[in-house]
Amino acid sequence: MSIKRWLGNLSQEKIVLLITVTLFVTFSVSLNGFIGANNILALLRNVAVLGILGLGMLIVVLGRGIDLSMVAIMAISVAWTIQLVGEGTPLGLALAMGYGFALAMSCISGTLVAYAEIPAIFATLAMGTFVYGFGRAHLITGTDVVYLPASFGWASQIGQGQLWGIPIPIILAVCLAFVVFLFLRFSKHGWNTYNIGDNTPAARVTGIPVRPTMVMQYMMSGTAAYLAGLITATAVQSMNTRIVNSNMIYDVILIVVLGGVSLSGGRGNVRNVIVGTLLIGVLVNGMTIMDIQYTIQNVIKSLILLLAIISDSIINPRDEQTGQQGDI
Amino acid sequence: MEWKVLKHSMKLATLAIGFSGALYAQETNDPFRGPALDALEGKWVAYLPISAGFDLAQAWGGVVKEEAERYGMKFTIQDPNWSTDAMAQGMTSLIAEGPDVIVTQNPDTQSLARLMVQANRAGIAVVQMNMQGAVQTDAFVGPDYIAMGRQLANMAIEKCGGETDTSHKVSIVQGVITGGVSYFQVQGIMEVLSERDDIEIVSSQAADWDASKARAITETVLQQHPDLCAILDMWDGQAIGTGAAVKQAGLADTVSVITSGGGAASTCDLIRDDTFDVVVNYDAPGMGRDAWTAIMIAMQNGGGGKMKTQVFSPTYVMSKDNVESASCWDPEQYAARLR
Repeated sequence: MSIKRWLGNLSQEKIVLLITVTLFVTFSVSLNGFIGANNILALLRNVAVLGILGLGMLIVVLGRGIDLSMVAIMAISVAWTIQLVGEGTPLGLALAMGYGFALAMSCISGTLVAYAEIPAIFATLAMGTFVYGFGRAHLITGTDVVYLPASFGWASQIGQGQLWGIPIPIILAVCLAFVVFLFLRFSKHGWNTYNIGDNTPAARVTGIPVRPTMVMQYMMSGTAAYLAGLITATAVQSMNTRIVNSNMIYDVILIVVLGGVSLSGGRGNVRNVIVGTLLIGVLVNGMTIMDIQYTIQNVIKSLILLLAIISDSIINPRDEQTGQQGDI
Repeated sequence: MEWKVLKHSMKLATLAIGFSGALYAQETNDPFRGPALDALEGKWVAYLPISAGFDLAQAWGGVVKEEAERYGMKFTIQDPNWSTDAMAQGMTSLIAEGPDVIVTQNPDTQSLARLMVQANRAGIAVVQMNMQGAVQTDAFVGPDYIAMGRQLANMAIEKCGGETDTSHKVSIVQGVITGGVSYFQVQGIMEVLSERDDIEIVSSQAADWDASKARAITETVLQQHPDLCAILDMWDGQAIGTGAAVKQAGLADTVSVITSGGGAASTCDLIRDDTFDVVVNYDAPGMGRDAWTAIMIAMQNGGGGKMKTQVFSPTYVMSKDNVESASCWDPEQYAARLR
């Protein structure tokens, strides 16, 4: 096979995987202590939350949507859960109420997109602001950081615990990745997600329940957000609702797009998200070990995102169909 | 005889009247109280922190509001929710509305500098909390962060210096690099530590005031340097992540987590459970009192930048030894006052 054909066969996922492996090998050789088992576990642990959020985002993006409200839903639903426990609500009930809130909010997002046909980017942007505003005005009325009370009990193991020497956040992320993989590969709704993302009108004509499936996609991303929030909060014994103002949501989009999931829907799978997450994990871990300044870290990260988006538009070029349907 | 009794009783009565008159004169004729109260009465204090949702701003505002209302002043609060833009807009509209005092908190040194000068020119007194801007106004209220940085550095030297039996390795977790609180503390730390050959700074990273980022950074640093001696973190709300990483690595006994903060109850709990070893406490309700003092000084001296004062708030070092006697205030109490 000629080099030219080999290059032509490179998908974005393969390019990113190649970069990841190259970085990994370079860091292993050049950085002291990078390759140690404990550092690898720390590396994975630190991107587990991002990976889980990425899996939720994947499902929505595959259906030609985007969920910008994930971080707001994550912060407010979990902060409310913690506050309820602090006020004496039994742990199980508080967890159920927090999860219920996350589901209800993402259901509204989904309904706005599917039934009111508001573009996903606007609907979820507005919902994110609404969730944060509502939460800060009516649910979490004290400080914007809610501290974990001692009565949080076993649930604090979600972020702090270990199973067979492996941190639980990693195990949860791997399990969720497997579940999402099974869902997309073998379930009817998973297939429908691809079909809707690929060509919504055609999907509707063939009898796929387009609108309910879209609502379900958003509710799944709400679920991922709640799980990611529980890990975040229990790992640092507090939930800082200020992360809603941070650029975390862009990091989530970064790992999804980086791995090769197409923002125009219908193309991508769990593997893409894993590859994108690993690249960010290796990169950030290596840069932290090298003690590179935070601002420069951001520059490097955003340059890689730009590179990924450019290669996405070269490898998945705009054709007539995308032109007609428009991007999100 | 009767005349004598009458004379005596008249004398007594005169004496009594004179005595009470003297008392009365002393009370009403305090020449200083009246003007002071007049200078405060009916004035308007506008409070514009970077966010009304965090413990420090709640404590400052709660104290100032209670005192302002005690003296018949109007108190209003705006919450820009961490948005510098919203804050600048709020400041601009305040200047147009013309309160007597603006109590604000700079998000960085430059954003509000020109607006604060404008406010001063319009005769509005400006009190800057915690983060000093590029201009001096009626008062800056906050701890001396450069001195605090030096203090943190000296604590690190005490724990990890050349004469101690440690690795002499220290790591620094910064906040938002451009924010005054982090910037000046780091400046103070570097002034001291750069002159010491015995201390090795193995990492100095910014965590953006985010506990999760601080946790991730510290976890990685601890993998590289499990023999680390101390970590200096610029704020307790962020250091909760740093401390969690140290605790979960099982190194709470050997790695000292040294930080600073406003001394809320949550901080005390974190000292008790070994997440923090030492916290330089700048007592946020105490800063609220300093802000109120600055307002009184400004109002009684004409306001609007006529007198300019740096009010450095007192701090004290808090550790397990004295945490039980510390104030450990509950932010919710102050937040409730502001609602």
